[in-house]
Amino acid sequence: MHFTINGQKYEADVDVRTSLLDLLREHLGLTGSKKGCDHGQCGACTVLVNGRRINSCLTLAVMHEDDEVTTIEGLGTPDKLHPLQAAFVKHDGFQCGYCTPGQICSAAGMLDEAKKGWPSHVSERLEGEVELTDAEISERMSGNLCRCSAYPNIVDAIREVAGEDA
Amino acid sequence: MTDTNSLTMDKPVEHSLLDNGAQHVIGKGLDRIDGPKKVTGTATYGAEFHPDNCAQGFLVRAPFACGKLTGIHSDAAKAMPGVIDVIVDTDRFARNPAQGGETEAPKQGVSKVAYFGEPLALVVAETFEQARDAAQAVTFDFVPEPGRYDFDKYRDQTDIPADGAAPAQHSQGDLEQAMRDAEVVIDEVWTTPSQNSAAMEPHVTVAHWDGDTLTVHGSYQMVAYQQQSLADALGLKREQVHMISPYVGGGFGSKLGISSECIAAAIAAKQTGRPVKVVMTRQNVFDATVRRSNTHQRIRLAADREGRLSGIGHDTITSNLDGEDFFEPAGLATHFLYGGENREVNHAIVRLNRVLSGSMRAPGEAAGMLALECAMDELAEKLGIDPIELRKRNDPDKDPEKGVPYSSRKLTQCLDEGATKFGWDKRNPKPAAVREGEWLIGIGMAAAARPNMVMPGQARVSLTPEGRAVVQTDMTDIGTGTYTILAQIAGELLGLPIDRVDVELGDSDNPPGPGSGGSWGAGSSGSTVYLACETLREKIAKAMGCDVGDLTLKDGQAIAANRSVELGSLVGDGLSAIGKIEPGETGENTNQAGYGAHFAEVAVNVTTGEVRLRRMLGVFAAGRILNEKTARSQCLGGMTFGIGAALTEELVHDGNNGKLVNRDLAEYHLPVNADVPQLEVMFLEERDPYANPLQAKGIGELGISGAGAAVANAIYNATGKRVRDYPLTLDKLLDALPAL
Repeated sequence: MHFTINGQKYEADVDVRTSLLDLLREHLGLTGSKKGCDHGQCGACTVLVNGRRINSCLTLAVMHEDDEVTTIEGLGTPDKLHPLQAAFVKHDGFQCGYCTPGQICSAAGMLDEAKKGWPSHVSERLEGEVELTDAEISERMSGNLCRCSAYPNIVDAIREVAGEDA
Repeated sequence: MTDTNSLTMDKPVEHSLLDNGAQHVIGKGLDRIDGPKKVTGTATYGAEFHPDNCAQGFLVRAPFACGKLTGIHSDAAKAMPGVIDVIVDTDRFARNPAQGGETEAPKQGVSKVAYFGEPLALVVAETFEQARDAAQAVTFDFVPEPGRYDFDKYRDQTDIPADGAAPAQHSQGDLEQAMRDAEVVIDEVWTTPSQNSAAMEPHVTVAHWDGDTLTVHGSYQMVAYQQQSLADALGLKREQVHMISPYVGGGFGSKLGISSECIAAAIAAKQTGRPVKVVMTRQNVFDATVRRSNTHQRIRLAADREGRLSGIGHDTITSNLDGEDFFEPAGLATHFLYGGENREVNHAIVRLNRVLSGSMRAPGEAAGMLALECAMDELAEKLGIDPIELRKRNDPDKDPEKGVPYSSRKLTQCLDEGATKFGWDKRNPKPAAVREGEWLIGIGMAAAARPNMVMPGQARVSLTPEGRAVVQTDMTDIGTGTYTILAQIAGELLGLPIDRVDVELGDSDNPPGPGSGGSWGAGSSGSTVYLACETLREKIAKAMGCDVGDLTLKDGQAIAANRSVELGSLVGDGLSAIGKIEPGETGENTNQAGYGAHFAEVAVNVTTGEVRLRRMLGVFAAGRILNEKTARSQCLGGMTFGIGAALTEELVHDGNNGKLVNRDLAEYHLPVNADVPQLEVMFLEERDPYANPLQAKGIGELGISGAGAAVANAIYNATGKRVRDYPLTLDKLLDALPAL
């Protein structure tokens, strides 16, 4: 099968049981996406598929032949950080770092959702522009667990990037 | 030859070289040096080492709780596609993980199953999917045996463990008499449930052999100890095991000792002749690694009308497997936090067939202060004294049991600073008196305390002709910031910006460090770097022909007597020194601990009982803060563990077989982002010369100590209901809510 990941073409023989996450980690050497639970409960495996955030452990690799997959490796590199990556470093939005690639991919997807006006559980209105208050950011990032509990710093980092985008 | 600079902490280090540095990097909130790797996914964690020809292992676990294993049927599994072997070694597989700090093998042998989900065999296959599916095809013969699953049923059948982090039993004066004589008493029981560390990275080992030498990549908190423990389990010499753990995706105690996957992977790699990777599933981590024990805690307080304690009692019952000495030392802080001449601090264990209990962040205080600090709140209310004032009246001037002085103690200052910053004076002390719409509002506080320790350790620091420093030790960074603070210490003492300091961690080929546990990491490992740098400074001074006291090191230059020379040009082919620290008499003749105060404001829904934490402040005094950014993050993490303990975290054991009912991250409720507001952290200026040459005390566990009690006390203030059974879920509050 053929996959497009971070703009690059990959070819792989894939077991139908292989999750997108295991394809990335075990077959293609893209180990930036993390496995924390393998059940879609922790968010450490979050990647962007056609621009939308998804738990890559909850989807099978064979379902993604024509999709554009973006992983943490596709957002930036240590020498050329994505604004979210730089903000996470600046605000210490992580400690052990294991949930971090998922947090950052999730944040990238979330900012796009907010820009499109998608409401959340805490939104006052269902339509119109979304103002990314701390409560909105926290709510929209609650699918990504961080046991080190960098949550306040994650909110600081995302708020800063959201403000720059606005 | 590399010089070694050893220090045993027998005397205070009154003048720390960190105060004379010219680089001014110590203490600063610098970004983590490992940050760019972590945010780009290029930091490599255990499972991401993938040697050529690596096979995948999947643990097969007991589908029953207690019994004698009489047969393992693996033919069907072996016949499945891709399966290389099914590894059965009932003598050498680990029954349960090793406890923290253990250098011997964990309890081995799985033919007598002790708890549901105990790992019994390992399927090895070409791919993860093949191994996982084949594991379902392995079946067992067993003779069931009666087990002990229900804590309350066996609560009066306890044994007294050997002393651990704290003495198991301590008795002084006559508490019974003090309780009879007291004008006001508290005598209540609090219970806390089992909990799981739930580090985001599951336990993992990738094992491969080269002749008789075993290399394991994995997720380990205390490499030097776990290396020996693994060697012991396999009958190897320590030197035959090379253990590598450069990044650890969280530990919180759960990775202090090697666990089942480590021994199984090593055996499988030997038997199959291939590298073998075993990553635990999340269910595996819950079922078969380690939990914090549930506790049953009776607190007794005896006081006069002014609130002065004459007696304090803390009797804790915990649970563990047979043959395990570890007990949750819930009374750890009770030994020294408050005065009172009549004291009982006792611990006992109920033997249960449940997954091992062991260390989880702040073993002791994390559970114990949930009880003690709520008892103090109850006493304050009974006396009509402000809870902060009550604590200040019982702030002793020396250790009330050992009689030794405190090395440093700013409890009262933390309480006062916090009260001002949080607006404590605006709190209505009358419970259930403040309502905003459908929310009852409450404010609570609690003290924080956590002992400080030094653990033996070593580090090598080298200076290169290019003018860079290299720090090497098998110490780990489990998110605590070790990479960064070691670079800051070396940078400060050698006069280098931290981008000219390389830090290499988590490799057992490097000098053995103290490991990450018990909040001793920064102080102990940092001291080893300090000591190595002290020797290097003397060598540089010699090369400069000056007295070390006249030497200034800054921005890669050595400066003395109006001469400024590039550091790299003074080191020849390179200079190295090893720093070595040992605990000593200051640990005995002073009581060392960090202190703090937590303040929380909650809103409790009048209809549903849902609790929302609205704001929270932690004020801490923990000696020198080495990096204010990473130290703050440690406190945020600790406080959030406290929030979880107060509100949501609870492992539920099936009363019929001890099996965990909620063994995943959907059902075991860690705090999520929306549960945690923008917490505030404040540090008080402090130095502790008795602790170590850095004058720093541990901080990783101080933040959790007492945090949950502040939340619980706020819930009482909001609702008027004392819930003494953690976590304080909404069902326990319903009967206290106003009628609809």
